[in-house]
Amino acid sequence: MRRLAALFAALALCAGPALAGSDGQDFAKVQRGRYLTTVGDCSGCHDEPGGAHPLAGGLKIETPFGTVTASNITPDKDTGIGSWTDDQFVRALTHGIRRDGAHLYPAMPYPYYTKATRDDLLALRAYLATVPAVRHPTGGDDLPFPLNIRAGMAVWNKLYFTPGEFRPVDSRGAEWNRGAYLVRGLMHCGACHTPKNLVGADKASAEFQGNEIDGWFAPEIAAGAPRGLANWSADDIVAYLKSGHNKFAAATGPMADVVTRSTSRMKDDDLHAIAVYLKAQHGSGNQSPKPVAASDPAMKMGGAIFGDECAACHTGHGTGRPRLFPSLAGSAAVQSRDPTSLIRVVLGGTRSVGTETAPTSPAMPAFGWLFNDEQAAAVLTYIRNSWGNAAPAVDAGQVHDVRKALTQRSG
Amino acid sequence: MARKLPPKDVVIVGLGWTGAILAYQLAEEGLEVTAIERGPWRDTAVDFSPAYAQDELRYRIRHELFLRPAQVSLTFRNNRDQTALPVRDWGAFMLGNGVGGGGLHWNAETWRFLPSDFITKSHLTQRYGAGFLPEGMTVQDWGVTYDELEPHYDRFEYLCGTSGTAGNLKGVIQTGGNPFEGARSRPYPTPAQKQPFSHTLYGNAAKELGYKSFPQPSGNLSQAYTNPLGVEMGPCTYCGFCEWFGCANYSKASPQTTILPALLRKPNFTARTDCEVTKILLDKSGKHATGVTFVDSSGTEWEQPAELVILSAFQLFNVQLLMLSGIGQRYDPLTGEGQIGRNFSHQVVSTAIGFFDKKKFNFNPFVASGAIGMCVDEFNGDNFDHGPYGFVGGGYLGQVQSNGRPIESMQLPPGTPHWGAKWKQGMRDHYLSTMNSGSGVHGSCYSYKTNYLDLDPTYVDRFGRPLLRLTMDFHENETKMSAFLTDRYAEIIKAMGADQVVKKPRKGPYDITQYQTSHLCGGAIMSESPKDGAVNKYLQSWDVPNLFVQGATAFPQNAGYNPTGTVGALAFWSAAAIRERYLKKPGPLVDA
Amino acid sequence: MPRPNRRVVLSSMAAALAASPLAHAELVEGGMPWTPDRAAPPAAVDPRGWRYFTAAEAKTVEALVDRLIPPDPETPGGKDCGCAVFIDRQLAGPYGKSEALYMKGPFHEGTHQQGPQSADPPAVHYRKALAALDKYCRATFGGSTFAALPDDRKDAVIADLESGKVPLGGKPGTFFKQLLKDTQQGFFADPVYGGNRDMAAWKMIGFPGARYDYSDWVDRHNEPYPHPPVSIGEHPDWKG
Repeated sequence: MRRLAALFAALALCAGPALAGSDGQDFAKVQRGRYLTTVGDCSGCHDEPGGAHPLAGGLKIETPFGTVTASNITPDKDTGIGSWTDDQFVRALTHGIRRDGAHLYPAMPYPYYTKATRDDLLALRAYLATVPAVRHPTGGDDLPFPLNIRAGMAVWNKLYFTPGEFRPVDSRGAEWNRGAYLVRGLMHCGACHTPKNLVGADKASAEFQGNEIDGWFAPEIAAGAPRGLANWSADDIVAYLKSGHNKFAAATGPMADVVTRSTSRMKDDDLHAIAVYLKAQHGSGNQSPKPVAASDPAMKMGGAIFGDECAACHTGHGTGRPRLFPSLAGSAAVQSRDPTSLIRVVLGGTRSVGTETAPTSPAMPAFGWLFNDEQAAAVLTYIRNSWGNAAPAVDAGQVHDVRKALTQRSG
Repeated sequence: MARKLPPKDVVIVGLGWTGAILAYQLAEEGLEVTAIERGPWRDTAVDFSPAYAQDELRYRIRHELFLRPAQVSLTFRNNRDQTALPVRDWGAFMLGNGVGGGGLHWNAETWRFLPSDFITKSHLTQRYGAGFLPEGMTVQDWGVTYDELEPHYDRFEYLCGTSGTAGNLKGVIQTGGNPFEGARSRPYPTPAQKQPFSHTLYGNAAKELGYKSFPQPSGNLSQAYTNPLGVEMGPCTYCGFCEWFGCANYSKASPQTTILPALLRKPNFTARTDCEVTKILLDKSGKHATGVTFVDSSGTEWEQPAELVILSAFQLFNVQLLMLSGIGQRYDPLTGEGQIGRNFSHQVVSTAIGFFDKKKFNFNPFVASGAIGMCVDEFNGDNFDHGPYGFVGGGYLGQVQSNGRPIESMQLPPGTPHWGAKWKQGMRDHYLSTMNSGSGVHGSCYSYKTNYLDLDPTYVDRFGRPLLRLTMDFHENETKMSAFLTDRYAEIIKAMGADQVVKKPRKGPYDITQYQTSHLCGGAIMSESPKDGAVNKYLQSWDVPNLFVQGATAFPQNAGYNPTGTVGALAFWSAAAIRERYLKKPGPLVDA
Repeated sequence: MPRPNRRVVLSSMAAALAASPLAHAELVEGGMPWTPDRAAPPAAVDPRGWRYFTAAEAKTVEALVDRLIPPDPETPGGKDCGCAVFIDRQLAGPYGKSEALYMKGPFHEGTHQQGPQSADPPAVHYRKALAALDKYCRATFGGSTFAALPDDRKDAVIADLESGKVPLGGKPGTFFKQLLKDTQQGFFADPVYGGNRDMAAWKMIGFPGARYDYSDWVDRHNEPYPHPPVSIGEHPDWKG
């Protein structure tokens, strides 16, 4: 209700010129735009750190290439986008070109937003024009030479970026197309879930097959087996996106924020469309890796550790308790090709997301103080290869690297 | 000089069971609610990790989750002829500390009182005549009835996911449950826990003696459960580290596992931890609370103004705060005047140890939960004719042994040396085949003129404020009751096939060094008129209508059951009265 | 390009704490708090050396615990189980100093029911009592310390300690009660605290230690539990 009051107040205050080019009087359009900012999770990057002013920018975004600063997208004329025309706005989101003609870095996910229709982008703009204008200059970026030369992005774009609206595929039906439009467009799922090449561009042949980011591994979200969502039903996917929990998984880390700010607030129809689309992606296909043998020393050590420390919650059969302790048996995340998230969760513990429909937010305790690198590797190898699971063993070196990176991050 | 904070609608003193229940109810109403908790935040994954929660020395012996006497204590004497001395280390009861309060480290034994327990005085007088009650006993009728509380017992049980077998559904007695219980409107939310060997044997032996044994109602859940707030709990794994300990796998009902995750999502709720409330502030009339003062961990004093004050700091500290804030009149045992501090009661628990032949009986005592057990209720309350026995009151008799933790499991047959080779051999011979249920006989504790709380004249806390002084002793009624109940209990254990049963009835004087549950009651009791109580039936202070005093302070006397179920029911009942009536028209809910 | 570092945008907790006017209290709101990598395990005792006892005191205490819990072919005695080490570490810590207890005066002896009222924390109590004990033994047994006495003589002295016949100062029998309690607690506590070495005491009685899941056992009545004990700190079974 407070949002609505602010909206009307903003409309009352902002007369014609401030809303350059957009129709602030079209309430339905503004509401649709607001929904689309939830879908696209603009707040995730553009909110001012500390939460004082929504969308006022300033967040320092770490990329493997350096730090980029999120801009102010409130309607402020000098430090925000208040002076931008509609075309300039659309060009930024679809072509990665700023109002002053400079290139945006793809930390701003224009390679995905390019799929959005002009209509949707203008609705988004209409909503953005109604949020309180905040004077907040956001400062520069911190990238090493030569990456700090924005013009260099022209080359990257030429190689890796194809602008253009999403084209529906008629044979697939309305729901698949809606899902595709969302996933490949504003929701920019591939930004985290698609592996990247050395210069940070999507590996198109491995779409949605998992990607390391920020010290986590965003798992495969295509329907591969066993690393992807092959044994999730569409309802499982919807439950996860809506509540953060289903019998297999609990959203945590960066995904907890996505659920909180974005997917838990989306319409059920849209969530179902996303599920339909993802279930239709083959991803890593049907892998049948040979599980590590139970007689392997790491499996024996891991089994002993699991019985003593893990079974009290995850149970001896690895099945856990629905929406409380994720099932390790049959879990895609557990069988991911990259065990970074698993290592991180075992060493440092984690809290799962709490939402309206699933408020419990159970937490996994930290075990980094108890397990040395070999022991952590053994218990992870064990869960990755028990109860029908099969995935490459984890070695002590991998644990060592994650442990080191975590210490550096929290320092 | 206290620094003033922005006002809130409601300030809640203490974030344990009743604080959390009231906080959620009032936050649901849209009010700005703040809770102030003396101790730390406590969270399952950090504070009770399954990697180290099961540590007898740390939690049971060194009491890590409990209030330190160094922070707050009280003084004790049996009677007015003695000088009260400080309780320097806990013994007779254990006081919680931190968010969750007692609800964190309890056993989760979740009982209801009998309908007759709420009208103790009139019921006993009617049946046995006024002369049957001993001189100086000050039992009273409560003011609230079982029927009024029934829907709220139900709400508390469904909040917790309590595991049990109903004994009386809407007036129809059910097999397998407690046939003496008051009628309940629906079954327990989850089925009773499974019972290990010795508990099952006890239940069967009791049945053979003609008793109707039934499983103890348990807040250690028998299966996964989602409560009405949407919060999930898991099934108990019978770890045997329950009371005194936090639960590592979300299977013991506590504020942490049932309310806090939903409560903390509310934008209109905040909690402050490591802040101790020192006083409830009153306006010039003395009849209206304006908020509280509290001290943070650096010693800085703050004032939190509020329109409504909920006092949920546990029985002892509720009484202490009322006294230190000048609310109501302090009880004087000589004149009988004053309501604050009057009618203190505890619990009269005892046990009998059963030594069995290790070649025939292997009990695996470490397989247990906090509220496991088979019980019989034939000797509770007024469920039997007291006429021939010359005492009133009663209790349940249960094999409710909750653990096999070795430091606590050193009971050996009388005559066994306490040390040396024979002691060692005794431990080998008896550990796996001994039945030792610490509070297997769980008797009522009625109130007396001479059992009360006031303020000590000599000893002070770290702020220089007087400590509470407890004057408490057992009377012949209680010791007679305990001897009788313990005898009945021993008979059942003998019938189980014990080689030897050693009775340990509760004897006076009341001993502050012997643990006998933390079920402290009274001191600001409920009454039908301000003449003989501190709060009305809704737990609203007779003296200060915008103050509600939660918890077992309201009990005019204690019944033969663990009190938490009733404490939870009263909290819901009080919250309902506040929401449905008080908020619409603030003021006294009952005419004085 | 990859997404932003989530640490900065995670949870409103950071914002809430920054906004709180109270520097010295935790303000909890907006969701269940979380800090990664936080755990509160007990600090494992390093069994080498003594932190509180002098060499002479340690010798006496080792001798005492080894008679209170004598060695036998199946189970080591109190000394080899580390009971003296346990007591030493406890006395060197907050327990020894009565840090958790109410230690404000005035101190008066009361009734038994009013509980212990001594101003001496356990560490001081031990020091005084052990000195008095050796003084008594030297005077009574021709200059011999307690530790140097033959076992049967030691047992006789301990029996006299128990009955209060040995003059240690203070209430008769108090030191014995304290010592026996500490010894037996050290014997049965988790080995992480220095006693119960190799979980010998748990093996002796059949207590499986720090296990947490007996769901498969609650229905198995009158069956011996076959698995060896585990402890919080030691995991000898964690091998390949």
